[in-house]
Amino acid sequence: MNRFEQLSVEAYSSILKTEENIAKQRSVGLYDGEERSPVFDRGILYLTPTNLIWIDEEDESLAIRLHLSTIILAEDQRAGSDQSSKISLHLNPPSENFSPVQVSEANHVKLSFREGGMTEFFRRLSDTLMRKRWETVVGVKPVGPPSRREMRTGISGIEKTLQAQQATVNIHISKAFEDLSNLMTMAKDTVNLTKNLVSRLKNKQGEITEDETTQLKSYLLSLGVDDPVTRDAYGNDNSYYRGLAIEVSSVMSKPLKEKGGLMTLTDVYVYVNRARGFELVSPEDLLRACRLMESLRLPTKLKVFDSGVVTLELSDLMDADVVKRTKEALDKSPLTPEMLSREFGISVVLAREMLLLAEARGAACRDESIEGLRFFPNKFVLSK
Amino acid sequence: MSTQDKFEMPWQYSFPPFFTLQPNLDTRKLQLDAWCALVLSYFRTHRLCVIDVNESQSSPLFSNTTLNRKLSPETISVILDELRKTGNLEWIDKNKRRAWVLWKSVDEWAKVLYRWAVDNGMLSTVCTFYELIHGQDTTEEEFHGMDQDLLLKALRCLEHQKRAEIISMDGNMGVKFF
Repeated sequence: MNRFEQLSVEAYSSILKTEENIAKQRSVGLYDGEERSPVFDRGILYLTPTNLIWIDEEDESLAIRLHLSTIILAEDQRAGSDQSSKISLHLNPPSENFSPVQVSEANHVKLSFREGGMTEFFRRLSDTLMRKRWETVVGVKPVGPPSRREMRTGISGIEKTLQAQQATVNIHISKAFEDLSNLMTMAKDTVNLTKNLVSRLKNKQGEITEDETTQLKSYLLSLGVDDPVTRDAYGNDNSYYRGLAIEVSSVMSKPLKEKGGLMTLTDVYVYVNRARGFELVSPEDLLRACRLMESLRLPTKLKVFDSGVVTLELSDLMDADVVKRTKEALDKSPLTPEMLSREFGISVVLAREMLLLAEARGAACRDESIEGLRFFPNKFVLSK
Repeated sequence: MSTQDKFEMPWQYSFPPFFTLQPNLDTRKLQLDAWCALVLSYFRTHRLCVIDVNESQSSPLFSNTTLNRKLSPETISVILDELRKTGNLEWIDKNKRRAWVLWKSVDEWAKVLYRWAVDNGMLSTVCTFYELIHGQDTTEEEFHGMDQDLLLKALRCLEHQKRAEIISMDGNMGVKFF
């Protein structure tokens, strides 16, 4: 009991007014060590961020307080058959100029909760002890400041350190999950926002420049598919590939139209995975899914050129269309694959395939020299 | 010599793809047809009979310096082989380095030579090969400047038809038409 100090009515009412009242429990008796204290036998126990205050229920002028910094460890002790539940507090030694309410040898006290309420009080006490608010709270200071020395030795020291560590970890983890759940709720809103933007973009076409449109589109694209098809969502591989085929087909239809109807599968792979953002698709899965497209009668299908170059093209795209487009470009000037790729905004590999296709269909002929490979309109046929 | 200067290359000659063997077989067919026609008309105009594969690579026929394009030796072989198939070319050596370009077939040459003999009253007269190829009387004839071996080939054809007899005199060759 030698860590408690006497409080005047004015003192405790001031504390209870200024500090937050965390917990309050009636019918609490104090034990000095293992001995029941006859004086402080039945009172109201208050918990504030910095103090434990005990006020006698009969005589309000009898009040004592324990500064929380004195407490090394609080332990709960469940009620036995003939005992009320208790909290035992292990305490630091008192500082020298401290005038205790009572002299004692014991290094611990017990709070006996005669009318229950221990569990709740203990929870709040532990919580308060963990926060160590007295280190930051400026206000009512203990009259004789108790020893602030941290106990770093002995079992209690280790326990305290562990407790503190666990507390920090807990706080970090719960913060992390809070962020994640925020993100999840935000994701839906973000997707809705982009959908709005797209529809507004459609309505406003003409008012914004081509550049801005392209830029916005690329942002939207990077925001991705809101509901990617994943393997987990499907029971077996076949239905996974079917689902993927449908998704790829719907994602790629528009860019394909813009690019003249066909793209290399390499480009498609990049496109699809950028649209997904995460839950990325492997090249093999993409290829398998694309192989299914024709049998699923999707608007896109896989096409393998004679050279082995694999592309995705619109189903209604005919070779003749590709040849016609290529020939129209050739009629303006002879072209290398690089030049055609710039003209159409497609990859060089694909441009080359288009030229080779035109050549195979007799619409183009080649000029191979040290300057490289160029294609001309097939004048041999035209002059026949 | 005026005919040589006037020789006009066809439009294909200024079309760069003409100098690349086309992989599309239909296109290639048209390309090779054009080449065969060009080679024959070029040889006829220049009264040439023999083609040397190595030398021809740098000849203006197969090399367009304006376009900076020339045929590869492989493509030249393909063209010559095509000419052989149509009977317009005959290899002289087994290694296929030299060939007769027959803008007239051996048979046609024989007819031309026999008509000349008939028209010029040379029947039953002996003419040396030198007279036929380089003689002043034949400067206007198609066989003027003709390769001697090719001439021999054509005359053998006539000999076979019993219209001529080839005579060898002190290492000089001659022919007597009947």
